[in-house]
Amino acid sequence: MADTAAREFLHNLRHLPQTFKDAWLRLGKVPESEREESQATFHNFFLHIHSVRVHLRTLNPTLTLGLGLIATASFIILTITGVLLMVYYKPSTELAYQSMKDIHFTVATGRFMRNLHRWSAHLMVVAVFAHMARVFFTASYKKPREFNWLIGLAMLVTTLGLSFTGYLLPWDQLAYWAITIGANIANSPRELTDALGITAWLDPGGFQKRLLLGANYVGEDALIRFYVLHVFVLPLVLLILVSVHFWRIRKDGGLAKPEDPMGGLAEWGGERRPVFEPLATKTYGLMAVVKGRRPPVNRGPENTVMSWPHLFWAEMAVFMLTVAVTLILSFYFDAPLKEIANPSVPENPAKAPWYFLGLQELVSYSAFTGGVLIPLIALVGLGLIPFLDRKPGGEGVWVGTPGERQVAWQSLLYALAVTVGLLAFTINFGWLRHWFPNIHQLWIIVINPGTLLVLLYAGWSLLVLQRRNSVRLAAVALFTCFLVGFTLLTYFATVHRGPNWEFYWWPSQWPVH
Amino acid sequence: MPAPNQQGESRLASPRVSRRSFLSLASLGSFFAAIGVAAAGMLRLPNPTVLPGPVRRYKIGHAEEYPVGSERRLEAESVFIFRDAAGLYAVSAVCTHLGCIVSRSAEGFACPCHGSRFGATGEVLSGPAPRPLPWLEVTRAPDGQLVVLADNEVSEGTRFRV
Repeated sequence: MADTAAREFLHNLRHLPQTFKDAWLRLGKVPESEREESQATFHNFFLHIHSVRVHLRTLNPTLTLGLGLIATASFIILTITGVLLMVYYKPSTELAYQSMKDIHFTVATGRFMRNLHRWSAHLMVVAVFAHMARVFFTASYKKPREFNWLIGLAMLVTTLGLSFTGYLLPWDQLAYWAITIGANIANSPRELTDALGITAWLDPGGFQKRLLLGANYVGEDALIRFYVLHVFVLPLVLLILVSVHFWRIRKDGGLAKPEDPMGGLAEWGGERRPVFEPLATKTYGLMAVVKGRRPPVNRGPENTVMSWPHLFWAEMAVFMLTVAVTLILSFYFDAPLKEIANPSVPENPAKAPWYFLGLQELVSYSAFTGGVLIPLIALVGLGLIPFLDRKPGGEGVWVGTPGERQVAWQSLLYALAVTVGLLAFTINFGWLRHWFPNIHQLWIIVINPGTLLVLLYAGWSLLVLQRRNSVRLAAVALFTCFLVGFTLLTYFATVHRGPNWEFYWWPSQWPVH
Repeated sequence: MPAPNQQGESRLASPRVSRRSFLSLASLGSFFAAIGVAAAGMLRLPNPTVLPGPVRRYKIGHAEEYPVGSERRLEAESVFIFRDAAGLYAVSAVCTHLGCIVSRSAEGFACPCHGSRFGATGEVLSGPAPRPLPWLEVTRAPDGQLVVLADNEVSEGTRFRV
């Protein structure tokens, strides 16, 4: 053998494509056996966040509606288009608006990328809210998934924060006035401290506003702070939260499902799916083990299939659907860009982005109550759900416990009635300040349509708790009220509030000026 | 509480907090204390010591330009100037609710953002505004021009006698 180093070198060079592939993909080929499929999942950094086997029920689109994945896909689209926009965007009050014009009119594909960014942002907010509702109505927050519910709430807040910080960057009229209002909402604890006369000693509102704006007004300091939050801090926070969220799904035993959801072994693709292949090796068995109420090893029908390829096909399909929807929307509808920011003339009406319009309606009763107190109550209430409703049952089934469907419908009607009633009353008769012009501000902070709605919803929930003797049903009642209230207030402020925040039946009736 | 020291038992019965675990707890505590202090120190940075911004002190011309009964809106400064028989006064146009700019209405002022309504002297008529529109200090500069000090609030009814 002429085993020279030169020969070895040539041999290695010749086999470079194969050895590189082996090193890169580990397996080096399309997995054929279930063992190889599990390794494909397990040995890949990006895939190993999945369990190697997935329950058939989990793959059923009617359980999840793919909402979490849609939110994730939108986040990925947002990251990519966001980085592209950063190439041209200049975070300075002098240049920001001009660079937006550049992106819109001269940069190749700039307008389309911005539209994509805008539409996937809207889609992400919708998907995040819908995902929360899905998880709630399938009781998927129950033990051991309480912590992941909290992570989810943190992601909801971060998503809204990302939307809000991105709102300022174009530096147009919409941006300027939305952020002025937002910053003054941060300042609104002052409404309470002023009413109590303690602002000189304790001023959390002023502190928050200074932290947000870096000044007393929306200017250069505010823009750069929002920019840093929008392009670095909040995406990083969200990335970490998303990773933990996914990891917890795996560690908590996959998506929530009932004990034996399919009533025995399911027919699937013409073959029965036992838990493991008969000749499963120890290693392979360990890889397939996830936390659950019972270990799958040597147990009866589990109805799981390999994540590779079945779950990954499903994920790719949802991803492509999301991309398709945002592409179509971006092709037909441009993201708005109003006139350059003008600190002396607000838009009339000056409306926040749609997902904050419900809050804007509440804020129009009292800044502190609507902007700080009620959102805080809602968040704390949502966070408490999995810790107060601890009785197992109904996991992974839409409105699955007895009576749930009925309570949900009743709550829907009740919330519709009281919300519409209260809005109609407020429109027609005004509120405390109308009747008693010199009333102390504390009364208005405590008693306004917003706090009344909270009380009406909470009271209804307590009534359900007492009558139905079920914490879950009380939670269903409260959550349904929350959803109806949020949707209705958002709709109301979008359609029925016009110039000077006055009531109009339709935007077409707004006075022209 | 365990019984007072008895020589024979003290070696066998472990004390409630051993020296080792006390040291571990102390070091763990100092670790978190250090993290906490560092975090608080880092949060100090974004809280501005000096608030940047223009000096909100506007020259608005001479008193003769404001005949009795007149009013003027200074758009860039977000201030309304009124002149009546008793003198001249300035009312801020920044809504005390959430900082939008109010405009004149039949009854006084109206805010476009959340529907606060103010009367002719800035008092709250309806809507969410917690306070009346502030009156601002008016003074005269050495060159004879009137000056509005938009950062200095004065009590309602304080007029600059021309």
